[in-house]
Amino acid sequence: MAGRNMAGILLTNFQDSYIPELTTLRTFSSVPFGAKYRLIDFSLSNMVNSGISKIGVVTKNNYLSLMDHIGSGKAWNLSRRRGGLTFLPPFDNTADKYNTFVQTMDSIRDFINNCYEDYLLISSSMNVVNIDYQQMFNAHLKNNADITVCYRKEFLSKVNQAEYLVLSLDSNNRVSEVLINPRGVESTICMIRTAIVKKDFLLDIVDDCLSRSKYDFARDVIQPCVKQHKVYGYEVTSYCAELDTIQNYFKANMDLLNADVRADLFNMRNPIYTKVRDDMPTKYGLESKVKNSLISPGCVIEGEVENSIIFKGVRIAKGAKVSNCIIMQDCDIGEDTTLNFVVCDKDVVVNPKRMLCGIDSYPVCISKKSVV
Amino acid sequence: MLPKQEVVAMLLAGGQGSRLGVLTRKVAKPAVPFGGKYRIIDFPLSNCANSGIEAVGVLTQYQPLVLNDYLGNGQPWDLDNDNAGVHILSPYEQKDGANWYSGTANAIYQNINFIERYDPEYVLILSGDHIYKMDYSKMISFHAEHNADCTIAVIDVPLEEASRFGIMNTNPDGSIYEFEEKPAHPKSTNASMGIYVFSWNKLRKYLILDAQDPNSSNDFGKNVLPAMLENGEKMYAYPFEGYWKDVGTIDSLWEANMDLLDPKTKLDLTEKKNKIYSRNPMLPPHFVADCADIQNSMIADGCNVYGSLEFSMLFHGVTVKEGAVITDSILFPGVVVEEGAQVNFAIVAEGTVIGKNSVVGAKPEEVENRDDWGITVIGENLNIGEGAVVAPKAMIDQDIKGVK
Repeated sequence: MAGRNMAGILLTNFQDSYIPELTTLRTFSSVPFGAKYRLIDFSLSNMVNSGISKIGVVTKNNYLSLMDHIGSGKAWNLSRRRGGLTFLPPFDNTADKYNTFVQTMDSIRDFINNCYEDYLLISSSMNVVNIDYQQMFNAHLKNNADITVCYRKEFLSKVNQAEYLVLSLDSNNRVSEVLINPRGVESTICMIRTAIVKKDFLLDIVDDCLSRSKYDFARDVIQPCVKQHKVYGYEVTSYCAELDTIQNYFKANMDLLNADVRADLFNMRNPIYTKVRDDMPTKYGLESKVKNSLISPGCVIEGEVENSIIFKGVRIAKGAKVSNCIIMQDCDIGEDTTLNFVVCDKDVVVNPKRMLCGIDSYPVCISKKSVV
Repeated sequence: MLPKQEVVAMLLAGGQGSRLGVLTRKVAKPAVPFGGKYRIIDFPLSNCANSGIEAVGVLTQYQPLVLNDYLGNGQPWDLDNDNAGVHILSPYEQKDGANWYSGTANAIYQNINFIERYDPEYVLILSGDHIYKMDYSKMISFHAEHNADCTIAVIDVPLEEASRFGIMNTNPDGSIYEFEEKPAHPKSTNASMGIYVFSWNKLRKYLILDAQDPNSSNDFGKNVLPAMLENGEKMYAYPFEGYWKDVGTIDSLWEANMDLLDPKTKLDLTEKKNKIYSRNPMLPPHFVADCADIQNSMIADGCNVYGSLEFSMLFHGVTVKEGAVITDSILFPGVVVEEGAQVNFAIVAEGTVIGKNSVVGAKPEEVENRDDWGITVIGENLNIGEGAVVAPKAMIDQDIKGVK
């Protein structure tokens, strides 16, 4: 198992600004997704399924929901004597250092040094993907690489305003150039923020960057490395969504209504684990009408639901019409309400006979615990 | 030495449940699936956890593999406590030979050592074939307040059904003066729920006496309780109000599942407090397709529904393909219903595949002679071939060939 010699590091806050609608009260990694998951479930499960059993979760602020979700790590089989899951929030006076990649790695140096494993898998947990890191690790060893980064082929027109890195590869998948936000390119190879690197190599780079007061991952780590060291790409060919805007977040949720996407993401051999809340199965009332929707347990549905993602414990009353919506945990949708292209954060109450309507390029977001 | 526990619960889970036929061919009755995601034993175990009982012995004997696996270390019920927690107690070899549990009382007798480790005041005896939510701590307080030796939980049943139960006849103060097992002419409607609280010192004494009696069938209802009553021990009936159902037969198991679909059911599984806990498989949420139609049904994780459901219950990982029609049925985990198949008034066990255009069971109104009608039961991991017809009331334990 690759995991025997690889520890995991998950970065949970770096993308908080990407979906401000959903991250005012939580980390990017703990954004709810896909009717029962949070984003971090994907990277955490991928690591566990690849045999990685020591994982550090780096988090800076807003981490109540993240900690509540992960707990001891039991749901991912990470509550264990050897290895297991460690939270790495700022301690002492290091909080302001957690803003950049290089300083963050410096701050968690003790955790890195204490790992028995020689390699690190570092992921920003911003992708929805089911990926076998063991194969990526094998490629890393085979190429005798210093750094291996994931990439996927993507049409740039779909890429949004968040920072994105575009790779140029040679025929052996070695990275020859990294461009930050290049304009005017039709289709290209986008880096996914997941990398394998040898522990000592990373710390050397970090030391070097610190001595030059350079802290940024893209500009100060990966761009210079491409010139001086062996950086390889590893292609992700299965479904992979990058949730860098609310539109992409909305689209990725709706992608789950496609059976092929579900087959890519959810399989019995490499399950996506998540925290379980002991809800009863979902109850459908007489006269309920549900079409093309993904629905979690614990709901009581008496109204109409179409093309929607419904999280745990949601109640949809008689006469309500919910179409093209993402309704998060424990929302209460009142009688004769009409919702179209709406994202309801957790615990939202929509009173009877309300009507809310967004559009696919701009879904209406209702913040946590609001009463409409 | 272990810390003292005021109460130790002993859960009788060794019964075969032969009346459930093919459903208990490979699993003990308490491990039979119920309610779309649970197994029957989740109810007494969750009740223990919600009542603050930390030490639970589960007595197993018949087909324990699935049950033992399911219980594991008791973590889903918060019963993975280093000092107490859930313990699986199967029969074992002793110095003078190995004995199976010969009756409910004998099962407890053989585990006196287990109970003594906790030095308890009270022992709660539970069975693994009832669906109900109950706060046992209230019953134990009742027992203590009345300074009783034995307290039996009773529920008021309709007079016409009383002759199916063990009936407790009580004085106005709640003390029991007589019990009748399935009386033809019941004097009262207080039916025993099979839940007993004993003061441990008294129970211990009567278990030892019972074990010494070669003519005893070592059963609580037949031997131990009558002996205690005869000797004038203080026995009380504890009235319970709420939902309670014995699920020992196919009909009652089916009815209890259907009760959950009743919007007015007294069994509330949506409460935030006092949840029923279970071991949860890691499956994605269920998907309902464009062509699906779902009326008054319950669906668990990992299902894919393309067909029609009416008054039915899907456990996790069930697939209902396009054009299939399921009415008044219960499909256990992993069942696949192929295109165009019809399933009416049936219970289909784990992993079975219902072939294309086959017809399983029938609605009562479709059957001429009412006596020929009943719930159809299909065993686990079977194949019902394309176009096959399975009669109502049938109990299937082997593959059925398709008809082209």
